[in-house]
Amino acid sequence: MRNQRWVEVSVGGFMLLGLLALVFLAFKVSGLTYDPGRSNFEVEAFFGDIGGLKPRSKVTLAGVVVGRVTSIELDEEWFEARVVMQLDERLKGKLSLDTAAAIQTSGLLGDNYISLTPGIDDEMLVHGGTLRDTQSALILEQLINQFITNSTRD
Amino acid sequence: MLDWLAGLGRSGLLVIAALGRSGVFLMQSLVGWPRSSEAFRLWVQQVYAVGVLSLIIILVSGLFIGMVLGLQGYTILVDFGAEQALGQMVALSLTRELAPVVAALLFAGRAGSALTAEIGLMKATEQLSSMEMIGVDPLRRIVAPRLLAGFFALPILSLIFAMVGIGGGWLVGVDWLGVDPGAFWSNMQSAVGFREDVVNGLIKSLVFAFVVTWIAVFQGYDLVPTSEGISRATTKTVVYSSLAVLGLDFVLTALMFSNL
Repeated sequence: MRNQRWVEVSVGGFMLLGLLALVFLAFKVSGLTYDPGRSNFEVEAFFGDIGGLKPRSKVTLAGVVVGRVTSIELDEEWFEARVVMQLDERLKGKLSLDTAAAIQTSGLLGDNYISLTPGIDDEMLVHGGTLRDTQSALILEQLINQFITNSTRD
Repeated sequence: MLDWLAGLGRSGLLVIAALGRSGVFLMQSLVGWPRSSEAFRLWVQQVYAVGVLSLIIILVSGLFIGMVLGLQGYTILVDFGAEQALGQMVALSLTRELAPVVAALLFAGRAGSALTAEIGLMKATEQLSSMEMIGVDPLRRIVAPRLLAGFFALPILSLIFAMVGIGGGWLVGVDWLGVDPGAFWSNMQSAVGFREDVVNGLIKSLVFAFVVTWIAVFQGYDLVPTSEGISRATTKTVVYSSLAVLGLDFVLTALMFSNL
């Protein structure tokens, strides 16, 4: 058996490593309290149907990831989904007020994400602003349903 | 015919007697364990022997299992264009199943067999009886620190295993095969729950730690004090604890995840 000092030091290190692993599993893996150094450019958008959109889903512009969805809640006045997203701070003051947001799906089975399309308005979006021009998620079953009912009518 | 029946009955009685002895043994060693600095020193020494010295095998096998999961998961998921789900696959299988179970199996092989052999040799060379002669209780001096060290070390090892395994999956999936790192982590974070997955995995490994250490130490303490007895008890430790871990894993999984 090695000397007592070494034993104690290595057991201490072992405990620390275990604690580190627990912290890693809690915060990095299960996202216990996920706080990505909040950028201060948040906008909200209202959607009629968000499909499978989840908090932490991607927000893209021209296919490039520019932010994440931070929260989704039900707006109890209009019964729409209120989606808050956090965007890259570099875009602050560069997105026009009539930027459009659409919920899209990556691939047939992939995740839902929000894709932004810049507008032409002269006024710019500010922190806490609202995107007016939104397009709900495309639900595949509804599309198929519509297609079937249309084709049987003929 | 009657002899065969008698043989069956005898082995049944022996099993029940051994179960009873092991229960009494556990109670006697743990009840009234002194909370002195000397007892703490013994415990630290055993945590070193069963925990720190098992670290290498846990780190290496965790890394490789994570890497294999990453590779296998990727080749399957990429067929469906769903390779972003790699993170959640690796993390869920590790935290729920693989980390507690594989760490417990490795622990049984690496530390459990060593515990059995050590205590068995102490018994065979009559060190335990001489301790009793000079008025030291071997259950408290030898057995209790080893039991408590095992209960403590395995959950930590299994947490480390999960962390290293996810690192291995990340290495293969993101660094090598080019899965989007944002999707890897965000899918993982939305799929893995702290309470449902991490804590349940931890509970599993606590149960396994209890069972494996108990079996190992009891087999060492209860063996026939010959060289053949030691070899047999060491084998039994590994076989029994592996079976117990796998069987209990099914029961625990059924209890924890059946309604998720």
